[in-house]
Amino acid sequence: MSFRHAKTTLLGVLVLCALASAATSHLNPYAYWLNVAYSIGINIILAVSLNLINGHTGQFSLGHAGFMAVGAYTAAIITNHVGTVSPLVANLLFPGALLAGGLAAALAGLLVGLPTLRLRGDYLAIVTLGFGEIIRVVLQNMDAVGGSRGYSVTHFWTNTFWAFGLAAVTIYVIGALVNSTYGRGFIAVHDDEIAAEAMGINTTKYKVTAFVVGAFFAGIAGGLFAHSTLYLTPTGFGFMQSIAFVVMVILGGMGNTAGVVLAAILLTLLPEGLRFLAAVHIPGLAAERPLAWIADTRMIIYSLLLILLMLARPQGLFGAKGLRARK
Amino acid sequence: MSLLQLQQATIRFGGLTAVSALDLAIAPTELVGLIGPNGAGKTTAFNLITGVYPPTSGQILFDGHSIAGCKPYHITARGIARTFQNIRLFRSLSVFDNVRAVFHLHLQGDVRHALWRGQGYHEEEAAIARRVMELLDIFHLGPHRDEPATSLSYGDQRRLEIVRALAAQPKLLLLDEPAAGMNATEKVELTKLIRFIRDQFQIAILLVEHDMQLVMGICERIAVLDYGVKIAEGAPEVIRRDPKVIAAYLGQEA
Repeated sequence: MSFRHAKTTLLGVLVLCALASAATSHLNPYAYWLNVAYSIGINIILAVSLNLINGHTGQFSLGHAGFMAVGAYTAAIITNHVGTVSPLVANLLFPGALLAGGLAAALAGLLVGLPTLRLRGDYLAIVTLGFGEIIRVVLQNMDAVGGSRGYSVTHFWTNTFWAFGLAAVTIYVIGALVNSTYGRGFIAVHDDEIAAEAMGINTTKYKVTAFVVGAFFAGIAGGLFAHSTLYLTPTGFGFMQSIAFVVMVILGGMGNTAGVVLAAILLTLLPEGLRFLAAVHIPGLAAERPLAWIADTRMIIYSLLLILLMLARPQGLFGAKGLRARK
Repeated sequence: MSLLQLQQATIRFGGLTAVSALDLAIAPTELVGLIGPNGAGKTTAFNLITGVYPPTSGQILFDGHSIAGCKPYHITARGIARTFQNIRLFRSLSVFDNVRAVFHLHLQGDVRHALWRGQGYHEEEAAIARRVMELLDIFHLGPHRDEPATSLSYGDQRRLEIVRALAAQPKLLLLDEPAAGMNATEKVELTKLIRFIRDQFQIAILLVEHDMQLVMGICERIAVLDYGVKIAEGAPEVIRRDPKVIAAYLGQEA
């Protein structure tokens, strides 16, 4: 993948997103398929940012949902102070709130990263897992944000532009980072920490950078999530959610950005597609909805598909080779 | 003035003194060999110099500054680069990128450069690409630039590791058993290569090696370690006849 015209491409994509957003602005924002689309954008941000940590840099974080929660609650707390405003004002205020959420998550990433990144592999995974759980438990006990009853978000501010535009920005930033001479350091750390240190690479700094940047984008995604679901519950940011993001990265192929984007799309659509399949009517068959059983077994099918995919393609659907031989 | 100077450098692991009061000085552009039987502390001495372990006591001076206790990446930035006994290339990177990764040491711009991708960034990256290719071409690795580093032959991988170390633009290059696993022809090639590196890049080289012929053939001076203690030092002819060395390393005469 060449990164030569990345900036032009990014601008093009942003313009497209703005146009798409303008074209969909008259639609009911609560429309089901529109929300699935937002989820796709949000999941792309989460998967691509986690890919910087778990894929490129080779660390193992299980706390991505925790960073997402920090961003979601921070952004929501800020926007809940705002009354009803015109769409224009909303679109001006929203990025500020998202940025605040991202920065809060980045700070959390720094706090977790600095003391723990001396750890490797399983040990790091356990610490990040613990961090994610701490966030969840803290939120459950914070009355100011509703505790375990959940927290209502006033404004539905997420739209096509922000969901997909920011997904594009995430892909660009992480791509630009990794595809530079500076960024080869992340992959060097992934491949061999001892050799990387001996080649002048400050491995701790690189690992913390990956963590902070990854957490920042997870926070942004959290903000987008908050302003499209309008209701946050601490349990929604639990361990299983973090696992779901790790699955996207593994399924897409560690360190393979294009693969991870596709996996994020696929894994968002798959459970929804199965839901759709369950409701389908096949003409000529006696039963009204012959595939209704899928509705009950949809998550089992989803899990089975994951198992099958991992057996058939342990290197990820699209392979981890995206790392190699890029200019 | 010596480039590198170890003064009474000592490291203990618990009760074991792996390197004991080692004195060693290397002048700029000197080619020095460090030999000794298995477990004599040669690689540990390397790890002391490169900052993998801080010395328990003693002093290590490089270019007039103390580097004892500095981090490895710091020491590399100061001008000491190394290769490893067991090849440690960046496995998921191409031949080109293995060398390019080291150039971050010489980057003028920082992360913002990489993110903004302006004119300056592209010029700098182009300049780096040229210098990487120059280095690769000198060592005949140019045609393999886009191959994964691990797909190279064993000898080429060893050479790539040396190229990668040279990309750090060191004043002192440490080679840890560069001839390990090489056949006779490859060893002859390697001998030429090491001399060539010293002459071309005008740097000092410290070599740890088991292959006596290679060490005796190219080193101007040899230090011999046994059980962490330096038992002899001098020109190859002197070392060859030193009874202590013969006893410890080449075997006692019957």
